[in-house]
Amino acid sequence: MTQAPSSGLADPVASAVRSRFRHRYPPLVLASAALIAAVLIVSLAAELLAPYHYTTQDLANRLRPPAFLGGPALYWLGTDELGRDIVSRLIYATRFSVVIAILGTAIGAAIGTLLGFIAAHFRGFVEEAIMMLVDAQASLPFLLLALAVLAFFGNNLTLFILILGINGWENYARLTRGMVLSANTQGYAVAVRALGASPFMIYSRHILPNIASVLIVQFTLNFPQTILLETSMSFLGFGIQPPLTSLGQMLGAGRAHLLSAWWIAVLPGTVIFLTTLSISIVGDWLRDRFDPTLRNR
Amino acid sequence: MSTVSPLLAVDSLVRHFRIGGGKLFARPAVVRAVDGVSFTVGPSETLGLVGESGCGKTTVGRLVLGLDQPTHGCVTLGAQPLNDLAPAAWRALRRDAQMVFQDPLGALDPRMPVGRQIAEPLEIHGITGGGERAERAREMLAAVGLSPDLAARYPHELSGGQQQRVVIARALILKPRFVVCDEPVSALDVSVQAQVVNLLARMQREFQVAYLFISHDLKIVRHISHRVAVMYLGQIVESAPREELFERPLHPYTQALIAAVPVPDPTVKRKRLVLHGEPPSPVHPPPGCRFHTRCPLAEVRCRSEAPVLRTVASGHQVSCHLVTGPGASEPEITRCSS
Repeated sequence: MTQAPSSGLADPVASAVRSRFRHRYPPLVLASAALIAAVLIVSLAAELLAPYHYTTQDLANRLRPPAFLGGPALYWLGTDELGRDIVSRLIYATRFSVVIAILGTAIGAAIGTLLGFIAAHFRGFVEEAIMMLVDAQASLPFLLLALAVLAFFGNNLTLFILILGINGWENYARLTRGMVLSANTQGYAVAVRALGASPFMIYSRHILPNIASVLIVQFTLNFPQTILLETSMSFLGFGIQPPLTSLGQMLGAGRAHLLSAWWIAVLPGTVIFLTTLSISIVGDWLRDRFDPTLRNR
Repeated sequence: MSTVSPLLAVDSLVRHFRIGGGKLFARPAVVRAVDGVSFTVGPSETLGLVGESGCGKTTVGRLVLGLDQPTHGCVTLGAQPLNDLAPAAWRALRRDAQMVFQDPLGALDPRMPVGRQIAEPLEIHGITGGGERAERAREMLAAVGLSPDLAARYPHELSGGQQQRVVIARALILKPRFVVCDEPVSALDVSVQAQVVNLLARMQREFQVAYLFISHDLKIVRHISHRVAVMYLGQIVESAPREELFERPLHPYTQALIAAVPVPDPTVKRKRLVLHGEPPSPVHPPPGCRFHTRCPLAEVRCRSEAPVLRTVASGHQVSCHLVTGPGASEPEITRCSS
């Protein structure tokens, strides 16, 4: 066995461990996970991190550019048309958007997955009814429906989140129904049924873990959509109402000043983009990790 | 091995599948997958069920375990008739009746370590606590000749033979009285087949379990079975104790099957009875004897009159017009072979 050159190179065991670590956790995934973690920490610790409250106005310093573009050092990402600090507003907007999108997406995923299992289990009339609902949902222009509901019932946060949750459930229902139908005929499901397991046990312990990877990928696809729907509705004035703020509401409000004060719209847009991209990357990586046949590659 | 009081009794089992009902104006056709099958299996006995693919033997296995509902007929396990049993009662009964599948990798959950899968029947039926279950699973792994250290592995990390041993361990951990083995070795390498068959035989002695051994491989059936039943197009055409069936087959179909088994001795000259053509469609089974379209000995009567399964010797039943009475001689096969 040859002696490893002592200069520059670490010992082979440590470098093997490191290369395995790199293989298991690619840098892009680590960066994405770090960004998601940062977004979550910022959301949780908004009060501690934000230099100002998101409603604090400084009318003397309206539409000031970020500090690095020559704005006042007091507001290092600039101010909006009412002189509110962009940093503070971004931090609070991220909190609102993330919480609303997580809740909305989770509600949709839970409803859709449950209905998919019910359709696949009972078949017949129940399945027909659920799938008809799915088709109806998929063929409606959802934004119009959501606007109509909010206009009719009046705008409040709970209703808004529920509406975001209803958006997208049909994808989970369709996916789940199809996968459960196919999994039910597969050897392992038949085998566990022959062992005497109840349907609930088969679904929860065997079929759900086997289809979870697809549902997680769907979640990561759906999450940006939920953020975008929240954006659209807030932009149209039917979502988050001022003085509350969200990334979408900031984006919509900043659009009016895009030529003169671009930072008001571009900064929340960047946060939306990076957050959704990171979630997609981590979701993709999770899917691979969930599949034990891919794990040791 | 004659049955004292049978463990499993199957009486006039029928399973029809409707197909093609979806098309407008098309009359749904009926596949007669299983069409009047009766047999018994005694305690600690192995009944081999052989036949070509598509003859309905797998459907019989599924019907016996309630994985499919018969159109007519009944199945009795112990003294318990299984027809119209509520799902919960069926699940409780699964402690006594288990199954070993053809495709071991497909029969195992790809996302669960095999140790947990072996212990799962204990969990399903609420037997013992978590720690003891894991211990029992390791014992079963050892009993089927695998290292208990494999308990943490996933199914795809094992070889085909190891996977089938895991499936057998899972089927036997509850000490059932009856196991349906559906082509348990046909997906395995020939070199592994013998090991798994011998394992099944050893497990039978150890656990006093009865097998319904479904296979198309006559050599393996001859090796493991006490009695053998031959199926053709959804019906049993002959059943007899193993030696009797292989030494003195009476039905022309059985004779043809046995003649088709290769003998590893090139000097042996055999009367070859070669069957031509495919089995007829079970949608339109031929009238009369179902085998008459391929039978080299078919007579006029065979085309119109369906033979019934008759006892011709002790424990030897055959359904053929040409086999007559107790102590019947073989139908004259020389008649058509030169």
